[in-house]
Amino acid sequence: MSFAKALRCRECQREYPLEAEYVCDFCFGPLEVAYDYDAMREAVSHESIEAGPASIWRYADLLPCEPDNRVDIQAGFTPLIRANRLGKELGLTNLYLKNDCMNPTWSFKDRVVTVAATKAKEFGFDTLACASTGNLANSVAAHAASAGLDAFVFIPPDLEQGKITGSSIYNPTLVCVNGNYDDVNRLCSELAGKYPWAFVNVNMRPYYAEGSKTLGYEVAEQLGWRAPDHCVVPMASGSLYVKIWKGLQELAKLWLIDSVQTKMSGAQALGCSPIVTAFEAGTKNVQPVRPSTIAKSLAIGNPADGFYALGVMEETGGRAVTSTDDEIVEGMKLLARTEGIFAETAGGVVVAGLKKLVESGGIGKDEVTVAFITGAGLKTQEAVIDTLEPPLQVEPTIAAFEEALGERREADVQAASA
Amino acid sequence: MATHRVKFTFLQQLITLPIIYDLGKQFKIVTNIRRADVTEDRGWVVLELVGDMEEIERGLEWVAAKGVRVDPVQGDIVEG
Ligand SMILES: Cc1ncc(COP(=O)(O)O)c(C=O)c1O
Ligand SMILES: [Zn+2]
Repeated sequence: MSFAKALRCRECQREYPLEAEYVCDFCFGPLEVAYDYDAMREAVSHESIEAGPASIWRYADLLPCEPDNRVDIQAGFTPLIRANRLGKELGLTNLYLKNDCMNPTWSFKDRVVTVAATKAKEFGFDTLACASTGNLANSVAAHAASAGLDAFVFIPPDLEQGKITGSSIYNPTLVCVNGNYDDVNRLCSELAGKYPWAFVNVNMRPYYAEGSKTLGYEVAEQLGWRAPDHCVVPMASGSLYVKIWKGLQELAKLWLIDSVQTKMSGAQALGCSPIVTAFEAGTKNVQPVRPSTIAKSLAIGNPADGFYALGVMEETGGRAVTSTDDEIVEGMKLLARTEGIFAETAGGVVVAGLKKLVESGGIGKDEVTVAFITGAGLKTQEAVIDTLEPPLQVEPTIAAFEEALGERREADVQAASA
Repeated sequence: MATHRVKFTFLQQLITLPIIYDLGKQFKIVTNIRRADVTEDRGWVVLELVGDMEEIERGLEWVAAKGVRVDPVQGDIVEG
């Protein structure tokens, strides 16, 4: 059962009933779910969790909804991989990758949406909605389909084809808004006020965001019930980053792991790095920016959780890093070449950021480090397609094959010595 | 009557201007500040506006034309 007891304002701490609200009436601060941890501690143990399903719902007791009528397409419990080859390349001896490409719609967003959709159904909504550059859209469309809910999905123009198809296949009402990023935002904020929909990241946001905690829970469980020394997390709104930290803290509060000393580092693309800019300036006052990067999944210019992310960074001694579009592509290729994982651009941001953190001494060589790979690469093929070697073209004879192979090898040798 | 919650973000040159005061004087809008953080070189204010929706829209256009960034209080809605 759920031990959620109230919505609490993150600014003034006023409490509200568990309803479809997201802003404090008094100070307009964001609301967050508050729990009865004493009762929760009585109910959960390593054994009770390990006996649960191989999805985020093994942590149902730590989430804000009742699991019985859940909207569930098996989000979560993705592999934690020991990354020896990438670690060797970067100079890390204890590197792990949390491979969240392995979710039903191939990104970590399934974790937040399964919680938001379950809560929406609990509240009696018949429509799920979101505004997204792709991953969230895919996940909302899929969960709505599985629950028999209507779905409205708003997208900006210029998205990767894989992300559009990855939504439309589930048959939502897909709306491409003809305007820039700010226009889409403005329209959706008006729509969210006008229609009685469960807008997953607006009126469902307090519940939705809790789904990201499960990444922290899983990593700790998969490491044998201990927190890592260092996490490297991609940041858009900053919510995922903050909630991984909250997840680890909660496990300690529930006596499921020892006290948490984890350093939390965050990675953004240089073309949209308002949180990193504030970190470097030594302020928690995040200045909004207009995004321009190939990492569209991280392109949030005015991050809702930027302030809180900077608080976690300060508290844990983590750092914030950026990477250029070229470095992101290199990061994607390095990850694929060393570990056999084809991540989307957000994964490139994390691998490129990880490299910089090691080079600058931000991560110690022997630290147990977890890099969060949050979305799969087939969705953003456009980012790398022109940088990959084209296939050898051969006639169907051994001689033609060997000739073409010889030429390719020679070209590779020349390129390496150039 | 409509109520509208917004966040204004100011850059350096604008901090010293009485923009919220003027907004209330030049338009039929009641402004009600809920939270703010203003330092020497930047600042933001979260406030509630009460008035006719059309008047609020005109007021917000005027504020934006002054160079102030106007956002919904919950940050960006478009996500990855
Ligand atoms: C693949 C991927 N990684 C990371 C993020 C970052 O999420 P957040 O907005 O919680 O910082 C997103 C979503 O926006 C995403 O799509
Ligand atoms: Zn409050």
